[in-house]
Amino acid sequence: MSKRITDIICPFCGTLCDDIEIDVSDDGKQILEVYNACAIGSEKFLHVQSPDRITRPRMKQEDGSWNEITYDEAAKYTAKILCDAKKPLMYGWSSTSCEAQSIGHMIGEQVGGVLDNTATVCHGSTLIAMQDVGIPSCTLGEVKNRADRIIFWGCNPAHAHPRHMSRYSIYSRGYFTGKGSKSRKIIVVDPRPTDSASLADEYIQVEQGRDYELLDAFRAALKGAPLPEMIAGVPSEKIYELVEILKQGRFVVIFFGMGVTHSLGKNHNIDMAIALTSDLNNYTKASIIAMRGHYNVTGSGQVLGWQFGFPFCVDLSRGFARYNPGETSSNDLLMRGEVDGCLVIGSDPGSHFPIGSVKKINAIPTVCVDPHMTPTAAISKCHVPVALVGIEVGGSCYRMDNVPIDSRKVVEPPAGMLTDAEFLDLVLKEVNQIKGDAT
Amino acid sequence: MTSIHIKNGFVVDPAQGIHGDKKDIFIENGKIVKSLTHAEKTIDASGMVVMAGGVDIHSHVAGAKVNVGRNFRPEDKMQSTYEPYHGIRHMAGGTSVPTVFKTAYTYADMGYTTVIEAAMPPLYARHTHEELRDTPILDQAALPMFGNNWFILDYLKRGEIENAAAYTAWLLRATKGYGIKCVNPGGTEAWAWGLNCLSIDDPVPYFDITPKQIVSGLMEVNESLHLPHSLHLHSNNLGNPGNYTTTLDTLKLSEGIKPNNNFNREQVLHHTHIQFHSYGGTTWADFESKGKEVMDYINNNPAVTCDIGFVTLDETTTMTGDGPFEYHLNKLNHLKWANTDVELECGSGIVPYVYSKDVYVCGVQWSIGLEMALLAKDHMRCHLTTDHPNAGPFWRYPRVIKWLMSEKARNDVFASMKNEDKVRDRSTLGSIDRELTLYEIAQMTRAGTAKALGLSSSIGGLAPGMQADVVVYPYNPETDSDPEKIEWAFSHAKYLIKSGEVILNDGELVSNGNKKTYWVDVTTKPNRQVERDIDRTFVKYYTVTKNNYEVTEHEFMKNPCAVKIDAVQ
Repeated sequence: MSKRITDIICPFCGTLCDDIEIDVSDDGKQILEVYNACAIGSEKFLHVQSPDRITRPRMKQEDGSWNEITYDEAAKYTAKILCDAKKPLMYGWSSTSCEAQSIGHMIGEQVGGVLDNTATVCHGSTLIAMQDVGIPSCTLGEVKNRADRIIFWGCNPAHAHPRHMSRYSIYSRGYFTGKGSKSRKIIVVDPRPTDSASLADEYIQVEQGRDYELLDAFRAALKGAPLPEMIAGVPSEKIYELVEILKQGRFVVIFFGMGVTHSLGKNHNIDMAIALTSDLNNYTKASIIAMRGHYNVTGSGQVLGWQFGFPFCVDLSRGFARYNPGETSSNDLLMRGEVDGCLVIGSDPGSHFPIGSVKKINAIPTVCVDPHMTPTAAISKCHVPVALVGIEVGGSCYRMDNVPIDSRKVVEPPAGMLTDAEFLDLVLKEVNQIKGDAT
Repeated sequence: MTSIHIKNGFVVDPAQGIHGDKKDIFIENGKIVKSLTHAEKTIDASGMVVMAGGVDIHSHVAGAKVNVGRNFRPEDKMQSTYEPYHGIRHMAGGTSVPTVFKTAYTYADMGYTTVIEAAMPPLYARHTHEELRDTPILDQAALPMFGNNWFILDYLKRGEIENAAAYTAWLLRATKGYGIKCVNPGGTEAWAWGLNCLSIDDPVPYFDITPKQIVSGLMEVNESLHLPHSLHLHSNNLGNPGNYTTTLDTLKLSEGIKPNNNFNREQVLHHTHIQFHSYGGTTWADFESKGKEVMDYINNNPAVTCDIGFVTLDETTTMTGDGPFEYHLNKLNHLKWANTDVELECGSGIVPYVYSKDVYVCGVQWSIGLEMALLAKDHMRCHLTTDHPNAGPFWRYPRVIKWLMSEKARNDVFASMKNEDKVRDRSTLGSIDRELTLYEIAQMTRAGTAKALGLSSSIGGLAPGMQADVVVYPYNPETDSDPEKIEWAFSHAKYLIKSGEVILNDGELVSNGNKKTYWVDVTTKPNRQVERDIDRTFVKYYTVTKNNYEVTEHEFMKNPCAVKIDAVQ
């Protein structure tokens, strides 16, 4: 026999689907079947019972082999390297719960750490653009219920956010969009003819790295200004035509991804995309939404925001919070050799950071808190496997549109494994002890 | 600390009609008591004012839009004022939109112990509660927004008060909310299509209901549920010249509705930040105050309370559930604009704003707030707020108190304005010599607000049996005459006690207290139709499931305090 658990939240991407159903064995230990999730989400749920799962913390030996230690020993080591460091980097936070983040922040306060999340190599440029020009946005339900013009710019939901299109943006049938995809015009702007582009009514193949020019041309066309014949590989008639399509829509939404946030121009691309959205509001209703990646990178920005006032790159090393991307951002700190101790949690910079930074992480004492054996874990001095948030422990998470959803526990973690919040709690206690402050 | 004796202070307590008499206050087990045989701590309040802890009825301190305000304004942090981590104090920073820690510490320094978050989008309720949970010291509650909610629009259009009430009870429970907030009724739903409702008779697109029906219906719902607080309203047409007629039309909707509750609440309508709604003229060129007209109406209608929303002449961050207003404000100042429309429920916008004393419109806005407060006849019904951070940050309350208590302080501001004559010409403030007393200030900041919230049996006063929220301000009403001393004293409470626990001792933070969060749990008759409507709407139109919508007390609230009401009959 098995039992069905419903309303489960998928802890993979920023779409944060909350309609997953899972059959678990009667004893609540085995996941038998996953329903409604995409291929990536299903795999994440099923992976928890992988036989090669690491269930205890390990220290790396001189010869590169791993030696199993207890969680207490791992917590002591983590506390020590954070307290010993002049500028410890505490990076990641995007694949864990807000509760764990909060405990991490209290550690950061005491050790004078730099708290940075994966936005630093992802939508950090979006956050900077918001600080420049604001952001007119909406929840994904507004898209579902009202939007009749959808632009995907530099993002490929077919691969990165697989259920986004069916739940919110293309096929969903909402209150004012009863005909689903037939009620919407889909425009995809991408240098590559992606699988998402194949679903579009209009696919615009922008020349690589020239998004800024094209966005700028959209704004100009909207204002009725003359355009040269070709812009960024797109004929001007096409741009005028698209602008007309947008103006005639009732509700326009622009979704954008890493294709614009980390190509040439970075935050300036987003400035322009937001400015275009604002301008469109002179004619119709328009919103813009960032396709956030990790399931709780948005939550990390929120918790940092209400506790320290900044969404990422928060440097606490002077005893108060400072924010200055370029100076206080992980890669800049690592590349300049300023970091002398590192805690990585809920992310894999070993895979995502430039090699120069990865070498630095390898060279300094680094603790990696991650359920899986990742490239980051491989270059760390200490690897602390933890229970998976959203599967083996619940916790608050924020969807890409900032909607908070409380993720659920589905099955028990392997016996004796701690959650990241529990492990960070141990570290906080050790730090308190080292700092001689029992409060 | 279980027993405290505060002796020899000038006690100002409108809840008991005490006007600054020298009295002793005794505290035991978290409550005010008549007397003590032995006090474990004695506080000498000689030459100082003793009041109940402040109660803020309307402030935006937690939740989605507040956090957008923080995150999209790094320039608001002011590095030099960022307070370092020290002992039990967390790092605390932010100017117009402080972090949760700075919010709590600053309110404590001002002698406040209860702060109501004025606008909670239901879908974002969990976020609001996470921030409230992380805000130390203060007792809090949040008001979910109903005025553009599809269920409410549908039920009220058909006159189904009972269904609207059943849904309201469900939503209060699901969001752990305290009362009914209504922001720009119908206008924010219209804004989802880029439109607005500017009068109480403007129909809401598609839903075909008017703001008038929404406001009247929500007042009826509120009374049928016997809620502790009344409808908390931000009416249509905020911030526009000539809007006072809309405001008067709206206020008149309260006539004929009777308060029905067991919380000693006497009003049926609380109109918030009334200053923003009392404008005359037709454009910004002939902009003028209609504060007198609006306040005259409120003075004569005991079923209405208001808070002012004083403009403090600062750089700030405006944020409101009135999405279309923020769009239009951005069209005026062209600073950055953030907006979030929330599915089926509401919306919000955020725009930084500089109220410059040298811009005459800002000067007139400043004078309207003060004019209205000085023309008010009953300060139990006219409350002190800055609609934080919209008209100014909350930490300017002490300055507002100074202006209210000193004509000289007001004249100093007038004299510093570039357009003094023009500003003086557009309101009656310059001709008012009234100076409010400490008693009236206490009505505006604790006794009156607690009563309007339906909490007057436990907070806002110093009567035996009440929760021991007590503040001692270093101000001597017999000898201090410098208005600057007023501002200083009200921002530097000497002692603060919350629920019997010492929070500030000789001005030093000694405890983060034991905050609690109020919410209202109303039981109504089972209503199958509403249950079915909720189920169906979640399946068809929401992007979260119904089971993932509800905020649980256990995970998201520190010391949840449910006010239970039986509205079955």
